[in-house]
Amino acid sequence: MSKLIMNRRGLLKTGAAVGAGMAMPTILTAASHAGYTNAPTGSTVTLGFNVPQTGAYADEGADELRAYELAVKHLNGQGDGGMMNTFSSKELKGNGILGKEVAFVTGDTQTKSDAARASAQSMIQKDGAVMITGGSSSGVAIAVQGLCQEAGVIFMAGLTHSNDTTGKDKKANGFRHFFNGYMSAAALAPVLAEMYGEDRNAYHLTADYTWGWTQQESIQAATEAKGWNTVANVLTPLTTTDFSSYVAPVLNSGADILVLNHYGGNMINSLTSAVQFGLRDKMVNGKNFEIVVPLYSRLMARGAGENVKGIFGSTNWHWSLQDEGSKAFVQSFGQEYGFPPSQAAHTVYCQTLLYADACERAGTHNPCGVAEALEGFKFSGLGNGDVEYRAEDHQCFKDVLVVKGKENPTSEFDLLEVVQVTPRAQVEYPADHPMFAGGALGSCNAGG
Amino acid sequence: MDAILLQVLNGIDKGSAYALIALGLTLIFGTLGVVNFAHGALFMIGAFVAVTVGKILDISKVTLDPVRVDFLGNPAKIKTPYVTEWFGEFGFWMIEWSVLVSVIVAIPVMVLIGIILERGLIKHFYDRPHADQILVTFGLAIVLQEVIKAVFGANPIPQSAPELLKGSLDFGVMIGMAENTVIYPLWRLVYFCFSDLIIGGVFAFLRFTTFGMVVRAGMADRETVGLLGINIDKRFTIMFGVAAAVAGLAGVMYTPINPPNYHMGMDFLVLSFVVVVVGGMGSLPGAVAAGFLLGILESFASMPLIKDAIAAIGLPSIDQIIIYLVAVIVLLVRPRGLMGKAGMMED
Repeated sequence: MSKLIMNRRGLLKTGAAVGAGMAMPTILTAASHAGYTNAPTGSTVTLGFNVPQTGAYADEGADELRAYELAVKHLNGQGDGGMMNTFSSKELKGNGILGKEVAFVTGDTQTKSDAARASAQSMIQKDGAVMITGGSSSGVAIAVQGLCQEAGVIFMAGLTHSNDTTGKDKKANGFRHFFNGYMSAAALAPVLAEMYGEDRNAYHLTADYTWGWTQQESIQAATEAKGWNTVANVLTPLTTTDFSSYVAPVLNSGADILVLNHYGGNMINSLTSAVQFGLRDKMVNGKNFEIVVPLYSRLMARGAGENVKGIFGSTNWHWSLQDEGSKAFVQSFGQEYGFPPSQAAHTVYCQTLLYADACERAGTHNPCGVAEALEGFKFSGLGNGDVEYRAEDHQCFKDVLVVKGKENPTSEFDLLEVVQVTPRAQVEYPADHPMFAGGALGSCNAGG
Repeated sequence: MDAILLQVLNGIDKGSAYALIALGLTLIFGTLGVVNFAHGALFMIGAFVAVTVGKILDISKVTLDPVRVDFLGNPAKIKTPYVTEWFGEFGFWMIEWSVLVSVIVAIPVMVLIGIILERGLIKHFYDRPHADQILVTFGLAIVLQEVIKAVFGANPIPQSAPELLKGSLDFGVMIGMAENTVIYPLWRLVYFCFSDLIIGGVFAFLRFTTFGMVVRAGMADRETVGLLGINIDKRFTIMFGVAAAVAGLAGVMYTPINPPNYHMGMDFLVLSFVVVVVGGMGSLPGAVAAGFLLGILESFASMPLIKDAIAAIGLPSIDQIIIYLVAVIVLLVRPRGLMGKAGMMED
């Protein structure tokens, strides 16, 4: 029988050796390669999928993960190829990225900025992720985008709709395929004016954080340009669950429209309260009282149930679109999982293909090469018409959907109907637009 | 005037939920001396009893539609709930009034869950410090909500009120005010009445039954009641079940107000604890009074007029912290809370 004897000096030596050993992967993967952070050396390239796996947006995160896994399958030549078959760029051959098999690691953002940054950092430092993507919140996206800029990896944003992501908080290493508050407002306002008239008084309830502020500012400006008057804008804390005390004064305020600048659980609860208060059954100023939800999500609409019926909003994409790209994606996703994909799933799938395609066109995983390939890239076949990644702010410009809660849904997925596909030209804005001012793109960081 | 009346109505509705949860918390604390941080989870489980009942009633026979196709181009499925096939009109009625069916189902289910929790876990912590009780019950709450999330997902699941009780009531017109000045949702009024009924029922049970008299005696002096040969522990276990049922019923009835999600218990838990502390630890009337009082104050704090006035003097919005501010003031003026008794948590 042996006996372990450890003195103080021995303990210190062992501790130092273990510590150095634990630090080794970080040193090797994050900084040992000349040129750029986490340059892949083996037969695989690792992507980091950073999505909410716990917390209120876990279902949306789960749908994003499904889409990511599908994209990886397609990139590696498995499955039916999905939108790779309809994508205008033909660089992707189903042999991974630059001949390296695509592997992935996942992180849990918990929809908290600090947790999201920690999981992204871990994927970059420990797992050697060469690109980070994902998210279901603008606060998280902006935080992770900043981290990726510092670390020298590309960030392909998931569902983030705040103007700030590609506005004052834009970064050279960050790219957003999803639309933003300004684009929602630009698409929605003309439809609202046509449906409800130009002589309207709007009351805004706004989630008190970056997305809510920019969404409200955008929709207020767009509707006022159409002749609407803004009666009030009440900021509601993000943690609010019962909106009755915010909804109750609306009817007596002189407003005849309620705009809910809320997303996720906030949207579900505020819309439910507004419908419960019977706002939509009332006549104010001689007009029917109406409710508007500028940003819709099918997953969230399901949470609000029948309360979404007839209510206008906007989305980035919807599974019922009949273009070839959308049909291919819905077919591929539906065969794999048994239900249609959400807009969050669509945007992250596109982002993965766009990243892979940029690597192929650039001939490198170097973030600066990839960024250069993405800047000004024009493409189609991914479900939103002719699209461009604008070089000045890394925002994708594409058609935007104005949707309405369906009156007679035929299935649990059939909750929204597309009222109008707003052409890209109508939602474009100059890169120096005041709503996107402050902050600079900066220059690409390849780490290394 | 109308704005004040509106927020008072709003407040008593919010206060109803706070009061119901705080009542259960106080019952458990008063009888068993346990600080139960899992009480919010019982509220959430009650809501998910309603979700489960809704899902059971919705179990359907599936046939293929000869005309329509689904999103993949396969024949669409037509679902016919079995209850409508088996019971005809009564089946439709059950689906329509599933909240009422859930109330009936939730009572025995929640009592049972309460007794299992008390006998299986919480009784082992009676003699431990309150900090241990808080840790174990908080851990239990997290486990329960993760189980619910694993089974039902993270997204809220909407539950409808019966058609008859949807919509709103023009309360202003009823008291001679102009139209559309004081509108209030019907279901929220139902919730308020229901909570009054439950609160009254619990008080009557404790006041007018022999069982209740023994429980009250046990709350006042557990040792002496035990010396009289009465098995007070058994009665207290039943009271834990009753408290769980009260929280569960509050949850069931809350489902048409806000679609339930796995986290809803935590949202109410902290507020309800503040309600209990403000009301006075161990005081049932205090818990109820504080529930309504804080609900009303919370509603007032979110009025645009108040928010604007606070913003005008350069202070941040207080709608989320008003309850805590009031708690601080009440505890400074009355350290035992509004109706607290001497000796509660003072050893």
